[in-house]
Amino acid sequence: MNPPIPQFPRSRRQFLRDGARAAALTGLGGLFALTAERAGGRPRVWQIDPQKCVRCGNCATHCVLEQSAVKCVHAHAICGYCQLCTGYFEPEPNELNTAAENCLCPTAAIKRTYVEDPYYEYSIDEGLCIGCAKCVEGCNRFGNGSLFLQVRHDRCLNCNECAISKACPVDAFQRIPADHPYLLKTMAHGA
Amino acid sequence: MKALAEIRGSGGRFAGLTRAVVALVLLCLATLSSLAEQRFPPPDFVETNHQIPATATPGARALWLQYGDIVVLAAALGVALWLIYRRRSRPGLVWLSLFSMAYFGFYRNGCICSIGSLQNVSLALADPSYSISWTALAFFVLPLAVALFSGRAFCAGVCPHGALQDLLLLKPLKVPAWLEHGLGILPFVYLGIGVLLAATGSLFVICEYDPFIPIFRLSGRAVMVGAGAGFVLLSVFVGRPYCRFLCPYGALLKLGAIVAKGRVRVTPDTCTQCRLCEHSCPFGAMREPESPPVTPAALAGGRRRLALALVLVPVLILAGAGLGSRLANRASLLNPTVALAARLSREAAAPVPTGPLSPDDFALARARENPRALTADATAAQRRFAIGTPLFGGWLGLVVGAKLLSLALHRRRSDYEPDRGSCFGCARCFEFCPNELVRRGLTPAAALPALPTPRT
Repeated sequence: MNPPIPQFPRSRRQFLRDGARAAALTGLGGLFALTAERAGGRPRVWQIDPQKCVRCGNCATHCVLEQSAVKCVHAHAICGYCQLCTGYFEPEPNELNTAAENCLCPTAAIKRTYVEDPYYEYSIDEGLCIGCAKCVEGCNRFGNGSLFLQVRHDRCLNCNECAISKACPVDAFQRIPADHPYLLKTMAHGA
Repeated sequence: MKALAEIRGSGGRFAGLTRAVVALVLLCLATLSSLAEQRFPPPDFVETNHQIPATATPGARALWLQYGDIVVLAAALGVALWLIYRRRSRPGLVWLSLFSMAYFGFYRNGCICSIGSLQNVSLALADPSYSISWTALAFFVLPLAVALFSGRAFCAGVCPHGALQDLLLLKPLKVPAWLEHGLGILPFVYLGIGVLLAATGSLFVICEYDPFIPIFRLSGRAVMVGAGAGFVLLSVFVGRPYCRFLCPYGALLKLGAIVAKGRVRVTPDTCTQCRLCEHSCPFGAMREPESPPVTPAALAGGRRRLALALVLVPVLILAGAGLGSRLANRASLLNPTVALAARLSREAAAPVPTGPLSPDDFALARARENPRALTADATAAQRRFAIGTPLFGGWLGLVVGAKLLSLALHRRRSDYEPDRGSCFGCARCFEFCPNELVRRGLTPAAALPALPTPRT
């Protein structure tokens, strides 16, 4: 027969520790239950409401990425294909050509291609675009407003708290469902 | 306009007509304005039949990949536990650290992470309208639950921040005990600040001032890149400086590990008190054997210190809460809404700027449009601060008090063993313990020195 295994009484510290652990587990469980109730919903991503955006330029400088995840987006369907595009050209261009001194974009991210007389197509090279919104301002002030800023989700890290959203002066940043992650313009602004 | 005024002036006789005219004018204006918005109608390209390109909408990260992150976290925690408690393998943990750093750090760009998730949870508790993601919640709960059962396995090899610092540690220096104790309070202070600012909806300070994020993302603000470089350099000489002296989630895990069921032991065999493990620990987590003082004088002194600390705890909490409530208004200025409202009331009389507006001017212009809504938002935020700041002050008092209390307590310890709260479970000491090496069959038993006589 085996000798009986000595039973040590649980020490006071052990008792306190067990009690504290039980309390902590209950607390963590309660916290989880309370928060999980509010979790739910579809996953969300950050996006700019183009109707609220005031083209202040914060998007270019406040993103945590060195090159902002906010880019200029072109809704070609509402573009006028103007020869004198106020989103493309400086306010008083010397000539209507692609020379840098005539262009508004600081990084030459807008490509201007001839379609048919007198129409030109403008497209954004997102690798070059820094999201400064200079073209957006030009297009909205004098044109159809077919250029606007959007968070590009192939670049956005979907930060816990978007740094630009905190810097946005008009609360244009919002979280929207991830399965419809864009707020595109389908009509000219205001209309 | 003049005609309109005349009609309106002619009174009730033409009231119906007036209304009709006004409606007509408004309708015309609306049509005109909408025409004016579409200034240049899109061409239909009859000549070239050019197709108008659609706007590209690259999708967000797929949902299953986000849930995949939770699975990876759970798996990594499991592997860490297995490596610490079963395999007792330092090389295994180094490999796990490399994986975690690559996956959670460089691939996931340090976001989502457990350290930041505590802010999401705080905000979700304080603000019912905030919808927390399941990923953030899982990243908060899983490592804590593990810590409550078996210590800081998350720190050992799953956290990318810890992994980076641990892998950089080449020439560990010993941090003096007084500095270790003093700086050890900082994580709890930072935890309080992070929770306060997140719960009041002000900012996610822990994410914004994370020194390792610029490294994982290979970009960032100049200040934070500098801080990251500083921490990298410091990590070479001081073991895990962020984990030990700043990490707010580490503070939570520490609390969990203190009351944990299981714990890391250098060896399940007998301790020969060779002190090799003490030298092997670069994080100052190894505690030497201790026996309570037996002389009546020393006992009385210890009791007096303990009684003093016990009395001081509530005093410190009350003092902190009092100080907090005095500073609530000033602290609330950290909230952008409160700051904007304060600026609005300060510059109410200032002329509206003309010409190109700066972002700040835009914010002020928006505030002027609807000052009542802004004031209501700011008051709500201030109310949250009025509750949160005294709580934060009380928490600070409790942290200092608990530290004093822990210094006043004596522990009975017969062997060298890792401190429950401070041990990261890095498994370094396992490789230094001669008894452990014999137990695992890595050295012959004959190589062991004779057992020294145990201390009394």
